[in-house]
Amino acid sequence: MVLNRRIIVTVLVLIALALLPVLLGGAPFYIGVVARAMILAIAAISLNLILGYGNMFSFGHAVYIGIGAYTVGIFAHYDIFNGFIQWPVGLAVSALIALLFGAISLRTKGVYFIMITMALAQMMYFLGLSLDKYGADDGLVIYTRSEFAGLIDLEDHVTLYYVVFGFLLLTVLGMARLINSRFGLVIRATKFNEARMRALGFPVGRYKLTAFVLAGTICGLAGLLLGNFTNFVNPDMMHWTRSGELIFMVVLGGMGSVFGPIFGAITFLLLEEFLSDLTEHWQIVFGPFLILVVLFARGGIDGLLGRKDRSDD
Amino acid sequence: MTWTLLLEQSLNGFQLGIVLFLMAAGLTLVFGIMDMVNLAHGSLYMIGALLCATFTEWTGSFLLGVLLALPAVLVVGILVEVVALRTLYKRDHLDQVLASFGLILFFNELARIVWGPEGMAIPLPAWLDGSIEILPGVPYPTYRLMVIVVGLAVAAALYWLVVKTRTGMLIRAGASNRTMVGALGVNIGLLFTLIFGLGAALAGLAGMIAAPIVQANIGMGESILIPAFVVIVVGGIGSIRGAFIAALIVGLIDTMGRSFLDVLLGTFMSANAAETAAPALSAMAIYILMAVVLFFRPQGLFPPQGRG
Amino acid sequence: MTIGKLSAGFVAALALASLPAQAASVKIGFVTTLTTPAGVIGRDMQDAFNLALEDIGGKMGGLDVEVFYEDDGFKPEIGKQKTDKLVQKDDVDFVAGYIWSHVLLASQKSVLGAGKFLISANAGPSQLAGKQCHENFFATSWQNDQTPMAMGEVLNKRGVKSLYVIAPNYAAGKNMVAGVERSFKGKIVGKDLTKWPGQLDFSAELAKARASKADGVFVFYPGKAGGAFMKQYQQAGLNGKIPLYSVFTVDSLSLPLFQKGKLEGVMGSYMTQFWAPDLDTPQNKKFVDGFRKKYNRYPSFYAAQTYDSMFLIKSAVDAVKGDLTNKDGMRAAMAKADFPSVRGSFKFGNNHFPIQDFYLREVVADADGNWTTATRDVVYKDHQDPYAKDCKM
Repeated sequence: MVLNRRIIVTVLVLIALALLPVLLGGAPFYIGVVARAMILAIAAISLNLILGYGNMFSFGHAVYIGIGAYTVGIFAHYDIFNGFIQWPVGLAVSALIALLFGAISLRTKGVYFIMITMALAQMMYFLGLSLDKYGADDGLVIYTRSEFAGLIDLEDHVTLYYVVFGFLLLTVLGMARLINSRFGLVIRATKFNEARMRALGFPVGRYKLTAFVLAGTICGLAGLLLGNFTNFVNPDMMHWTRSGELIFMVVLGGMGSVFGPIFGAITFLLLEEFLSDLTEHWQIVFGPFLILVVLFARGGIDGLLGRKDRSDD
Repeated sequence: MTWTLLLEQSLNGFQLGIVLFLMAAGLTLVFGIMDMVNLAHGSLYMIGALLCATFTEWTGSFLLGVLLALPAVLVVGILVEVVALRTLYKRDHLDQVLASFGLILFFNELARIVWGPEGMAIPLPAWLDGSIEILPGVPYPTYRLMVIVVGLAVAAALYWLVVKTRTGMLIRAGASNRTMVGALGVNIGLLFTLIFGLGAALAGLAGMIAAPIVQANIGMGESILIPAFVVIVVGGIGSIRGAFIAALIVGLIDTMGRSFLDVLLGTFMSANAAETAAPALSAMAIYILMAVVLFFRPQGLFPPQGRG
Repeated sequence: MTIGKLSAGFVAALALASLPAQAASVKIGFVTTLTTPAGVIGRDMQDAFNLALEDIGGKMGGLDVEVFYEDDGFKPEIGKQKTDKLVQKDDVDFVAGYIWSHVLLASQKSVLGAGKFLISANAGPSQLAGKQCHENFFATSWQNDQTPMAMGEVLNKRGVKSLYVIAPNYAAGKNMVAGVERSFKGKIVGKDLTKWPGQLDFSAELAKARASKADGVFVFYPGKAGGAFMKQYQQAGLNGKIPLYSVFTVDSLSLPLFQKGKLEGVMGSYMTQFWAPDLDTPQNKKFVDGFRKKYNRYPSFYAAQTYDSMFLIKSAVDAVKGDLTNKDGMRAAMAKADFPSVRGSFKFGNNHFPIQDFYLREVVADADGNWTTATRDVVYKDHQDPYAKDCKM
């Protein structure tokens, strides 16, 4: 029964997401809020791969959102709107940067890993700030969204919504497959006992680096979507506090759970929107809420849905 | 570039390093002994500065303000430890980062409600407010010299505390083997609260010292928190000596970068390119330093001995 | 419900909300920063907008006025989301406010794309003054380059031959530097762009400035960094050695703090601006007196621009007699700049940025001993920003 509750809730949430534009026919604003939440959910899912399953505490994950969004922005700046060029390049650059950063930071462990991922992300943030050509802190306005040879019109907000939804489904289902694959098993096993996995002859380092690069690439996808959605990119998107927000989405939703990050991201954004409307001093409520979640709701929202099923653990 | 300017900038770098050290000392103690990542350390820096500003306003004297604010921050620190952070010692770093991130939000908003968004300025007594000639023709702000003197005194006192006293022995023992200290019958809970309070007081002191220079304002903690983390990571977590040396290195690198990088870059690239590249590079300098140090020494420059 | 939702005819509006397609009120969205340390600016703007609403009796063109305040949290993404909300959910007729260039740039498409009017009460990025100018965009402030250009002119007049420039390393900071470089004829002997935000300690930069032996130091540090800079300038013993010329660094928000902090060094320093609390126009008197009476402090230039933006909107709605569907009529009315402005009469340029005078101001103490600024000279008459020529409008 416990297992069923999770499945029922998950399916209900996905159906609700699928039908939202129909249900909210005349309210594009909320469609936008949810689209943004789904984009950040993709980013949170990617972070969950390394954070929740791989125990790699990256404090610089927002950097790949920035890279994705900047790719759209910089191409658009040069009047190249073709998504078939923009998107592969964005993903490739995200992967490359993740490879570089992963290779450097995976030499360290524990707190040092947290700090070095943050330092590398901060370097990218300052790089963005100094890019005069691309607006420095003003960033770039993306006047035209990615074009796909007339196949998909992202300028239409409902279409964009379903594109985001499609990618979210793809990401979450792909992740579910991945973590149950041999690769996923190795990654999850290293979380519990890295030395043993090493002793068993697994090239643990290479597995971890692969997961790190994969997470960065998927997060780059979220960045591509976010750039298109907000019509805008600036270095703020890469600031360490944004990485912190992503981490919170993962924890809020439930670490190491496939669908958790979706719940986390949506709850986080709705909470932010709702609380900031309620009072200007919303952070005085939000801060302690964060602490309470950490202290008492260890499993996040996913944890409220009952014990984890075995394949998921 | 002249030698007097180089000297002056070295002093500036040294002074920045001293403030960083006061921040980092508490951070590295808490980190090294309780294995606790406390992002809210910056909030204690801010609270220290704001309390000091208020007390200075009430008493009309900066020195009295500091003397009153120090025990006040100590109390705030102990309260934070007892109410929120104590339960987190056994949790993993992720929980600690998140919960203390929540504390930052809370404290910033609280400070905004109590002190208003504009922050406060701290007037200095006249004898501290000007500058004196350290060499003929080279004036230097009196207050910054004072900061260096006070900082060195605190560092010396801390050294004495850690190396010469029984408490210090426990602290060192705790940094290298926590379980063992507990097994020896030491009241770990009390020791932790004490260390946290000490760290809070040091952070608060750093804030009070910085406030007459940068003004006491909301969110000031975040701008020094990250450099302080860089310091303890470069120095090796848990090592006071490492924190001291790394703080001076970070302070000097940051200041020298801001001072001479444009000239340096100008020697091999166009003036325009140097003008753009220099501020970007000097902003990144300390992160580059950290990445390089960790690449070659994944545990920092001076990892405490006996840690696995 | 939106925070700070404020309306003279709030109850009436609620009652009429169910009646479709009837413009019972003029809806104005106002986006500014109410949280974070920058909230001090947002508060000044919100206060000024509320004051203006009172002064027009809560009505324009025979309609009640409803204002929706939103907080951008100093983040472009949040600013855009709040703007979307105003445009799509609250269906406002005008969106005004915006302190920061990046928030404005991120949000503008949401407003202009929906065919609504966008009034910037502060941010003046060169993009929107030049190539990306738009018929439905108006600024009641200034374009970033103008104020430092006026300062450059002042420096020329005062015979300053060499200048040391210090500004934060972000877009507006670079605009300020570019502005002063545009008009200053002497030599710039040194330039520091400091880390932004975050760097509040300028020891290294000040040491370099002193070593440069320049005739003057030009500086731009808005908000809290301004106070820190002024303080350190004094501590470094530079007051009285090298004259300090600033833009947007000393204002009515920071002066009370300086006074409390006994920062005597700031007295007598110079700045340029399009407006001053002591400008002798009837509207300005009404504004400054009203503001001081209601809030017990001097208004800042942010407040002045915001106050103007309400009257600009009123001039549009009045001109079409409350027919909010008449966009062309409202646009034409606003382009005339035919409203009582705190800065006296001015015109809009082709890019809908003001063509206006710039003044030299000096920090002084008023009759009650409060620190404020006094107008000393007119630097530019009817000055237009340099980007207007790129605007095809």
